[in-house]
Parts: sequence; structure tokens; C-alpha cells
Amino acid sequence: MLEIENLTHIYGGGGPNEHHAIDGLDLKVADGELLCIVGPSGCGKSTLLRSIAGLISPTGGQVKVDDVLVKQTPDNLAVVFQDYSRSLFPWMSVADNVALPLRRKGFDRRKRRAAAQEALESVGLAEAGRKYPFQLSGGMQQRVAIARALAYRPTLMLMDEPFGSVDAQTREDLEDLVLEVRRLHQMTIVLITHDIDESVYVGDRVVVLSKAPAHVVGDLNVALPGPRDQITTREHPDFVHLRAEVGRLVRGHTVAH
Amino acid sequence: MAHQGDRRQVVDVPHHLRVSIRTRTHDRPSTATARWTRRAVGVLAFAALFEALGRAGLVDIGFLPPTSVILWRAGELLVDPAFRAHAATSMLAWAIGLGAAALIAVPLGLLLGSVRLIDAATRAIVEFLRPIPSVALIPLVALVIGTGLQLRVTLVIYASLWPILYNTMYGLRGVDPVAKESLRSYGFRAPAVLWWVSLPSAAPFIMTGFRLATGVALILTVSTEIVAGRGEGIGVFIYFAGIAVPARMDDIMAGVVWVGLFGVVVNALLVAAERRLFAWQHARLGAHAGAPVAVGAGR
Repeated sequence: MLEIENLTHIYGGGGPNEHHAIDGLDLKVADGELLCIVGPSGCGKSTLLRSIAGLISPTGGQVKVDDVLVKQTPDNLAVVFQDYSRSLFPWMSVADNVALPLRRKGFDRRKRRAAAQEALESVGLAEAGRKYPFQLSGGMQQRVAIARALAYRPTLMLMDEPFGSVDAQTREDLEDLVLEVRRLHQMTIVLITHDIDESVYVGDRVVVLSKAPAHVVGDLNVALPGPRDQITTREHPDFVHLRAEVGRLVRGHTVAH
Repeated sequence: MAHQGDRRQVVDVPHHLRVSIRTRTHDRPSTATARWTRRAVGVLAFAALFEALGRAGLVDIGFLPPTSVILWRAGELLVDPAFRAHAATSMLAWAIGLGAAALIAVPLGLLLGSVRLIDAATRAIVEFLRPIPSVALIPLVALVIGTGLQLRVTLVIYASLWPILYNTMYGLRGVDPVAKESLRSYGFRAPAVLWWVSLPSAAPFIMTGFRLATGVALILTVSTEIVAGRGEGIGVFIYFAGIAVPARMDDIMAGVVWVGLFGVVVNALLVAAERRLFAWQHARLGAHAGAPVAVGAGR
């Protein structure tokens, strides 16, 4: 269970570049939920993610993961960043990249390797372990980053616009990969995106944030028939309706009920 | 990336350029053979010009011996036990000083490059010490600690410290914050992030600093020996050849040839090592972008 209460963050407080990124944001995410967070560009989505991950200390409010207040990075949490080329370590092989975080779990070398290989297989990169990140395409590199998160066996996986830097076809493949991951592993996933269609296609639930300073302006359940499919789901009347609703919320129009 | 107000620059390719450079595979540099041929032609032409100057009587042969005489003398020195002892002494001082400099400068650079407070507190001292030409310190240090091996080693350490220190610090400043955050998000704390991300990421810079330091160390070894003018060492050999009446110009030039060759070989070996060790970086930067280059580190 992820609980965010009255979260507020101001960058450079009091200074000339003061930026109010988040204002009084409340959010609860149940275990096993796949929540998509959408909002206009620069609305503080990444600040929210960094606060959940304990990478920054919010100036106000609190984040709790499994009833524990987040002060430093919580255990059993993994983050997938948008920029895979910067997030993966270019001097390490793909397998070493995936295995490195497992040192924190106290795994020995053999166990780390086995877990890394298993994770790489689960993202369709069984043969890529000995390669270096720069030898792979962008989509494959992001799969490596996802494998690194999976190998860690997190209970909470945060994804910060994970498919923002890949082409459309790869993007659809990776969206389906996330759905597959979520079907096979017991974990809560919070996926941040600015793509409205993606949020509805992937999420069980979509939370819409306002412009900065961000707060929740919409919270919609996505009750689409499963399993989801890039063609049939996207032409489903509920999908079309939901994406319009999310779109209006993102653009700042109120929804007529 | 270069620090403001600092004349010394470390050239690096910004991240947004890295991707575009990587795709430029069509204009690869010419083959190794062609490159080596061109270099050899340059060296031979220079040698021929030098030879012709002396042989044509344009310069006094006793003042500037022709290439063939210098090379012949250099060959003779190679089998001369006295010269070999001089060379061994110089190489020992060079190696000890360089090794000690690396052992001091890399940890110090890591400290100054990662703890902002210490960097700020020591900046004034560092900026004061750095521009002092090490060669100017030779007489002072000689007075204090004498003219033996310890003098050379001390000065070599002092001079080769700077390129290693500065490149380590710049390398650390260039570490991608996203890479650090990636590891932090798995709960790794600052020392672990330094070890697993910052150090390997800065390693090509550290290596470049070390390579520059090998040249600086060579300069300091030989100059210290020349100024000290006693004991053993190539610089001492050159010094005595110079004060002889008449001066043994062929000995001086042959000694210089050996020092230069040593520097060239060491540099080539280290460049090759950099290419092997940091293939990941070359692949990212493109084949001809080369290793990171620090400018102005000579002294």
C-alpha cells in the first residue's frame, strides 16, 4: 500500500527561481494495482515519483510505503527511468547491469547471475546478457532497464515516462510487456506518462494531475475487458470514452457528469 | 562541463551529441597502415632535413650533429653499461614518483570531486599551488632535502599530481546524475554510488590525467637531474656532456632521443590501454572522438 498525504514540494524555496511543483497531493494506491499518472508537461510528475522513491525529500506532507514513512529509498522498490541510455551503465555488460542492484539483497555471484538471466529472459532478451547496452537498440535497452527492475523483485515499481524515448511500434510492445509483467508478478506499478491513450490502455486506474503546482484533478477506474490488446482494446467504446475524459481533465476542462 | 573561471579545460562531448556522433560511421578514419605510413614519412623527412643541414655545411656539425651521427651514438649508448645505469636510475625515479602521485591524486580527486564542502575549503590553496612551475621549485627543494633520488621523486610527485587530480575531479563532475539516481533508487548509499557509478564513469578521465602525468613526470625527472648535476640519471649524463670542453653534442642529442622515445612509447601504450579498457566510451563517442583530452596540463 502506497499512501501519499498532502504532499507538497517547492524547489529553491524563497529564492528567485522558486518553483512550486506539487501542492497538497493526496493519493492511495492499493497493492497489486497498476496506476497510471498523467498530467501536462512540467506538472511535477517526476517530482512526485522522486518523492515516492525517496530520492528527494518533499518540503511538505508525507509518503508511506506499507505504513513506513519514506525517508530514504524504501526497500523492495525499483525505478525505471525514461532515459535508458543514461540510466544503464555503459561500462557494464547487460547482465552486470541487471545483476548490480542485487548486491543490496546480499545475493552471491551465482545467485545474482541466475536472477539476472531469468529477468532478461522474461523481457525477451535471453541472449543479450554478454552484450553492452550501446550494442542494443533503444527499445531493447529499455527492456534491460525493466529487467533490472524485475530482477530486484520489487513490490513497488515506479516507471517515469518509460516509453517516452522509443518509436511507436516499440512503445506498443513495451506497453504489452508491462501488462505481461504485471500479470506474472505480484507488484504494484505506478507508471507516469504524458500519453493519454497509454494511460488508459495500460492502467487499472488513471490519476490526472493539474498543471504545476500539481494536485489530483481526476481519478478514474479503467474497467476495460481483458486481456488488453493494442487493436481491439483501443477501439472499445469504453476506451474511447475514457481517453476523451482523461483528455479533458488533462487540458483543464471539467467533466460533465 | 568545464568549470567556470578555470583556464584548464576538459573537453567532453555533451550527452545530446553522443547519440548523433555514434551514427556517424560512414566517415571512419583512414586505415591504420595509411596513418602509420603518413607518420613515418613525416619522421623520415624531418630526419633527412636534419641530416642535410649538417652535411651541406649550413650548420656546424660540432654544434648540431646530423641525424645519422646522433642515431649511431644513440645505438652505442644502448649497449653502454654506464648509460644504461643512468637510464635505469631515471626510470626508477620516474616510476616511483608517478606511482606515488597517482596514489595521492586519485583518492584526493575523488574526495574533492564528490564532497563540495572540502572542495570549496581547499580551492584557494589548490589554485595558489597549481600555477607554480615545478621546475622553479628544484633549487628550493634541493636545499631542503638534498639532491638524491628523493629530490627527483618529490618533484615528480608534485608535478604529476595536478593532471591526475584535475582530471579525476572533472571526470566526477561529468558523471550523469541519472546514472547515480538509478543506483540510489535501489537503496545504494553515497559511497557505493561513488564506487559503482562515479569511479568507473570518471575512469577514462583519470586515465587521461595519468597519461598526461607520465609526460610531466619525464620532464621533471630529467630537468631535476640536469639542475642537480650530480649522481646518476639521463639528465646528469646530458649535463656532463654539456659542460665538457668541447661539449659532446652527439651525447646530448642521443640522450634526448632516448628520453623522447621513452615518452612516445609510454604514451602509445597508454593510449592503446585506454582504447581497450574504455571501448564502451569509444563506442558511444564514435571512433575518432578519442579519449577525453585535458588541455594545459603540461608544466
